[in-house]
Amino acid sequence: MLKKSNIIVVTLGIALFAFLPNCKKGAATATLASDAASRVYVAPGEKDEVYAFLSGGFSGQMSVYGIPSARLFKIIPVFSVFPENGYGFDEETKDMLKTTHGYVPWDDSHHVEASMTDGKQDGRWMFLNANNTPRLARIDLKSFETKEILEIPNTAGNHASPFATENTEYLMAATRFSVPVPQSNVSIDSFSKGGFKGTVTMVKVDKNTGRLSIELQVLVPGFDYDLSHCGKKKSHDWCFFSSYNSEQAHKMLEVGASKKDKDFILAFNWVRAKECKDQGKTYNFGGEYVNNFKEENKPAVSTKLSGVKMLNPKDCPGMMYYMPTPKSPHGTDVDSTGEYIVGGGKLASVIPVHSFSKMIEVKDKKEHHSTEIEGIPVLKYESTLAGEVQKPCLGPLHTEFDGQGYAYTSCFVSSEVVKWKLGTWEVVQHLPAYYSVGHLSIVGGSSTEPYGKYLIAMNKITKDRYLPVGMELPQSAQLYDISSGKAELLSDFPTVGEPHYSQMIPAKLIMDKTAKLFPLEENKHPYATKSENDARIVKLGNTTHIYMTAIRSHFKPDIIEARTGETLYFHVTNLEQDYDIPHGFAIGGAPNMTNLLIMPGETRTFKWVALKPGIYPFYCTDFCSALHQEMQQYIRVSP
Amino acid sequence: MKDLLFQTLSKKNRLLILGVGLFLVLVYFIPIWAISISAPQYPEGLGMQIWINQITGATPYDLKNINLLNHYIGMKEIISESIPELLFMPYVLAYLIIGAFITELVPKVGMAILGIINLVIVGLVGLFDFWRWEYNYGHNLNPDAPIIIEGMAYQPPLLGCKVMLNITACSYPSYGGMILASSLVLLVYIVWDEKRRKKSNVV
Repeated sequence: MLKKSNIIVVTLGIALFAFLPNCKKGAATATLASDAASRVYVAPGEKDEVYAFLSGGFSGQMSVYGIPSARLFKIIPVFSVFPENGYGFDEETKDMLKTTHGYVPWDDSHHVEASMTDGKQDGRWMFLNANNTPRLARIDLKSFETKEILEIPNTAGNHASPFATENTEYLMAATRFSVPVPQSNVSIDSFSKGGFKGTVTMVKVDKNTGRLSIELQVLVPGFDYDLSHCGKKKSHDWCFFSSYNSEQAHKMLEVGASKKDKDFILAFNWVRAKECKDQGKTYNFGGEYVNNFKEENKPAVSTKLSGVKMLNPKDCPGMMYYMPTPKSPHGTDVDSTGEYIVGGGKLASVIPVHSFSKMIEVKDKKEHHSTEIEGIPVLKYESTLAGEVQKPCLGPLHTEFDGQGYAYTSCFVSSEVVKWKLGTWEVVQHLPAYYSVGHLSIVGGSSTEPYGKYLIAMNKITKDRYLPVGMELPQSAQLYDISSGKAELLSDFPTVGEPHYSQMIPAKLIMDKTAKLFPLEENKHPYATKSENDARIVKLGNTTHIYMTAIRSHFKPDIIEARTGETLYFHVTNLEQDYDIPHGFAIGGAPNMTNLLIMPGETRTFKWVALKPGIYPFYCTDFCSALHQEMQQYIRVSP
Repeated sequence: MKDLLFQTLSKKNRLLILGVGLFLVLVYFIPIWAISISAPQYPEGLGMQIWINQITGATPYDLKNINLLNHYIGMKEIISESIPELLFMPYVLAYLIIGAFITELVPKVGMAILGIINLVIVGLVGLFDFWRWEYNYGHNLNPDAPIIIEGMAYQPPLLGCKVMLNITACSYPSYGGMILASSLVLLVYIVWDEKRRKKSNVV
C-alpha cells in the first residue's frame, strides 16, 4: 500500500515536470528584468557611480547625467544661448558667443573630450567642439561652467575636434568641409581640381590654467576629415584622423564620395610638427579668430586675434602618412595600449585594424609606399594592417575599449553594438541597439585605463521606444553593463538633443571638488556690491548703473526711477554665502534679455532700456525662501 | 582646617597646578561652547562657536546663514561686537592662569581652594550670562518680523537639544569648556589628595 506522503511526492514530481520548461523561461526573463532594474536603481539619498557628459548635437550644449540611474542633472550652456540662466544674453556671458562672423548664439556640438594626465582622466576640464562655426570650448568641472571658447580659423566644419593628446598637451581640430584656404570666391568645381584644402589645428592647452591657444596649423589635402583620436603610451606622439571623399567630389557626394574602395586614416606626428615649427619651417599665414575667456565671476573678455603659423607636410618629412582604410572611414579609435588603430569604415564589410608598430616599422620604407599625395606618403594597406574583423555588422562607426582586451564597435545600419576580441578579431557578442547607433562610450574608455563597467550607446532614432510626442521624437542613449563576460542591456533613456559622443568619469574623481559658492570677499567683478550698505544708483547722463544686492528675501535698492530712453544696467550681486541659494532676476517685458540666475557671491548684469513710461515689476525667479514671492519691486519710467 | 589651608602642596600636586595653568592657556585657541543647528533644508547642519573673545560660524559662512535664518523670526543679528563680555573674558582667563602660576610661588592648599572658588564663580556667572543672552535673543524679537507665532520664543537650550519650529538646536561645551571643567576637577582632586595626605601624616 502506498503511503500518503509518497503520493504527494509523486504528484508534486509530475507537476514540476509538466511546468518546468515554461517556468524556466518565464522565471529567467522575470529575474533578468527585475535584476536590470535593481542595477540602475539609485535609492533616494544615494548617489550615482558615474558622471556622463553628453554632447547636445544641434542643441549646442552639453548635458550631465548620472549613471547608472540615467537621471539628467544639468544642461551646461556652451555654444547656444540659454534663457534659463541668461547665458549668452547678459553682460557677463554674451561675449562668449562672439566670433569673427559676429555674435553666433547657436552651434552643433558633437564631441566631448575629457582632460587627461598621463593618459588617465583627471576630472579638471571637458572640451567640446562647435562644428558649424568652428570653435572649441573648455568647460571647468569645478563650477560646471564654460570658461573659454576659441574660434578655429582657416577651417570649415570643425568636426574632427577636440581630441586630446595623452597629457592634454594639445587638442586636435580638423576640417570636415574642405574650402579654399584662405577663403576666396572660386568656382565650386575647383574642389575637384585640388583648389580646396583642409587644415589640422593644434590647440595648446596651458597645463595649469587650461587657457587655449593655437600652436600651429597644417595645410592638408582637401578631403573631408571626419574624426580623430590621439595615441597613447607608445603612440603618444601621434594622432589619427579619418577622412572620406578622397575622391574630392563636389556634388552628389552620396555617390561621388563613395566610389573608392578605400579612403584614408591620416597619421599625424604632432611632436614632429612642433619640432618643425621650432626649426622655423612654418610660415605666417592669415586667418582671423576670436578667443573668449570668462574668468571666475568676471565678465567674459573677447579678444580678436589674427594669423597662425602654417606648416606644409612636404616641408616637414616624417610628420604625416596616409593609411588606406576601407571604405569611407568614420571613426578612428586607438585602443588603451596604444597599439591598435581601429577604423570604422561606414560602408565597409570589415572592421580594419591598423598596427601602430607595423606603421612605425614601414613608414619610411619606399617599398611600402604606394604613392604620395601633396607631400604625404601613402602606405600600403597590407603593410600596416594588424587584422580585420570579418563581417561584423553593417555600417561600423566607432569603437571603444574595455581595457580587458575587448573592443565594442557601434554599427549604424544594423543598429547594434558588436563586441569583439583584439588580436583574434573574433566577434563574441551582438548587442541590439534601438536604433541607429552612432558613438558609444565606456567609462574612461578613451583613456589608457578604462574603468569599464558601463557602456552607453548613443542612438539617433527612437521609433516605438517611448510614448510618442509628435513628429520629432527624443534621441536616446542605452546603458549596458559590460563588467562580466556577457554585456547586458540595463536601460535606455531619452536625451537632450542628439548626443554624438560622451565622456563618462567615475563620480569620485569630481564630486568632492565641485565649487559650492563664490566667496564674496574674493568677488573681483568690477560692478560687485559686497554689502547692502554699498547698494546705490549711479546716473551717468543717459545711462544708469544700479549696484544692486539680492539676499533672502529682498533686493536693494528696491525702487528705481528712470526716464524714457534711459539705459539701465542692473548689476546684481547675490550676497548669499549658502550652498544652493541662487537668486533670479527678471523684468517684465524686457526685450532682448532673459532671466538671470545669480549664484551665491556672484555678480551679473541685466541691461534694460526704458522704452515706454509706466511701472515695470522686477522679481526673483528662483524660489529662494519662504518670502520668495515677496522678493519683487518696481521700476518707474517717466517721460 | 586652618592647617590644611596653609599646608604646602606636594611636589606632584605642584606639578599638577602648573599643568592646569598651561592647560588653561589652550582656551585662548579653541572654542568654549558650540551650538549646532539642523533642519531638513540644512542636511549638512549649521554651527556656531563661542570662543573666549568671539563668536564664529563652524564654517566661514555659517554665522551669516544662521543670522539669515533668524531674521525671519525677527531675532537680532548675532555678532561678536554686540556682546561686551567677549571684551573682558580674555582678562578673566588670564587672571585664572596667573593664579595658577602664583600658586607655584606660594604652593599652599588654600591657593588651590581659591582657584576652585574662582573657577566655580567664573563658570556660574558665565553660564548665567550665556543663558541671559540666549533669553534676550530668543525673546526680544522684532515686532515687524515676517514670521510671528503666538507665544513662541526661540531661546536655544543652555545644555542639550531643543526643537524650535523645524529646527533642532543643540548646545554643548566645546573643547575649551571641557578644559575649564577638567581644570576644576583637577583642582578638586588636588585638594582631596592634600586632605588625605594630611590625615595620613596625622596617623
